[in-house]
Amino acid sequence: MLVWSRGGRVLLWTIFALVFVPVVLAPLAVLVLAAFAADWNGVLPGAYTGAHFGEALSGEEISSLSVSLQTAFLAGTAAVLTGTWGALAVRAAPRALRRIADAVLHLPVAVPSVVVGLGLLTAFSRPPIALNGTMWLVVIAHFVLVLAFAYSTVSAALDRTDPAFALVAGSLGASPWRVLWRVRVPMLLPSIAAAASLSLALSMGEVGATIMVYPASWRPLSVTVFTLTDRGRVFLASAETVVLLVVTVVILAGLAVATRRGAAKQR
Amino acid sequence: MTRRAWWLAPPLLLVAGFFLYPLYFVVRESLTGDAWSRVASSGRFLDALGTTVMVSLAATAGCVVLGTFLALVLAFTPFPGAGLVTRLVDTLLAFPSFLIALAFTFLYGSAGIVNAAAGREVMGGFLYSPWCVIAAEITFYTPFVMRPLLASFKHFPREQLDVAASLGARPWRVFRRVVLPEAWPALGAGASLTLLLTLNEFGIVLFIGAKDVETLPMLVHSFGVVTFDLPAACVVAVIEVALSLSLYAVYRRAFGGGR
Repeated sequence: MLVWSRGGRVLLWTIFALVFVPVVLAPLAVLVLAAFAADWNGVLPGAYTGAHFGEALSGEEISSLSVSLQTAFLAGTAAVLTGTWGALAVRAAPRALRRIADAVLHLPVAVPSVVVGLGLLTAFSRPPIALNGTMWLVVIAHFVLVLAFAYSTVSAALDRTDPAFALVAGSLGASPWRVLWRVRVPMLLPSIAAAASLSLALSMGEVGATIMVYPASWRPLSVTVFTLTDRGRVFLASAETVVLLVVTVVILAGLAVATRRGAAKQR
Repeated sequence: MTRRAWWLAPPLLLVAGFFLYPLYFVVRESLTGDAWSRVASSGRFLDALGTTVMVSLAATAGCVVLGTFLALVLAFTPFPGAGLVTRLVDTLLAFPSFLIALAFTFLYGSAGIVNAAAGREVMGGFLYSPWCVIAAEITFYTPFVMRPLLASFKHFPREQLDVAASLGARPWRVFRRVVLPEAWPALGAGASLTLLLTLNEFGIVLFIGAKDVETLPMLVHSFGVVTFDLPAACVVAVIEVALSLSLYAVYRRAFGGGR
């Protein structure tokens, strides 16, 4: 307890509420209201409608959502596999190489996403590998951007796990493969699930690299939201954003439940 | 080279092929023609550089003040529902940044809620000023400062606070002399990560769409896919990467990663 007097605490909580409500809660609330607003000229919307959601869940808009989900799935799966592989391999490498590899795998975090997009655009718009105008540039961009986060999530968990389990299994005669598959990977499962959740969330909301490389035939939801905002269709854009958030949160919750069930089964 | 080192080859090759190789092309493309002198002498670039640094420093400062305050209250003077608030903040980390920008247009735009509530034009040109970008970035990035702080406060021995208070120290003094020295590494890590991320922020600036607030990532986008001046875009990108990487090097040196 930092503040002991009742009055002091109440004052502190009041300031907390005065900061927290407008800064964190208001933007979220406003977005949801806008998604249901038929018109909005006063403090609150004049009338409410579900039409924006109807539009957000049909035609071009729903295919944009599907593009986002497919991109997030492809890029996320690849990034989680590569990141986990990298985290395990870094620890087996000699010390000097370990430092360099760790830095290289973290590197994309430090580079602006727009630059990642620009790089892919410049490098893969000409032979020998011309990928411009295909969905692959978008998937690769997302892969690069989420890989560093997936790697550092699994890597941090590896730092915290007790190496004794793997050593004991090995000393009892289990082959390295068996130790990896039956001891080390199962112990990492929660962090792998966390890496998958993070990858999915980041990929669903990615704008910077995507807007540089997306072709007309593969337009993720985040870019669609921007196009709508740019054209002044802000209510539909809000509905799309709410759809994006809800879909993301539902998948994350599903992943969390699946991980908990998996962990319970192992016991 | 041991055989086990070869296991590193697949992930490193993927990063090399999809990240380092494209970066090499950015550098090469930037060297075509007179792109460097063209960009360096244009006022637009210098303006963008100034705006980027100013916005990111101001946003980071705001995040540090706000994040420290919110984390302190949540950790040391908890109230019913504090756990829920913490979880909400964690969820916010997973949301896209443009959400804040979109919400800001409803809140602070010329036909926004604040103007409507006041009954007259009180927000002025706020929505299209650098202040709005700074405010939006503070809103979005404050959790990045809060999270490491909350994690470090969790292991903080409560007895120290109680002893300090029982010896007569005022809350402010306890904070400055007992809590702050312990929280320093977490605060530093959160602040430098925020500085790096705000320097690279694109979504918020793009969605607010203020014509007078052009940051370096916006300039890359504008040269790259709006006016199709690829060499100029690459010059700005090279400068941006140099800026971000030097900051990142300082961050890694100061806060671990040296395994």
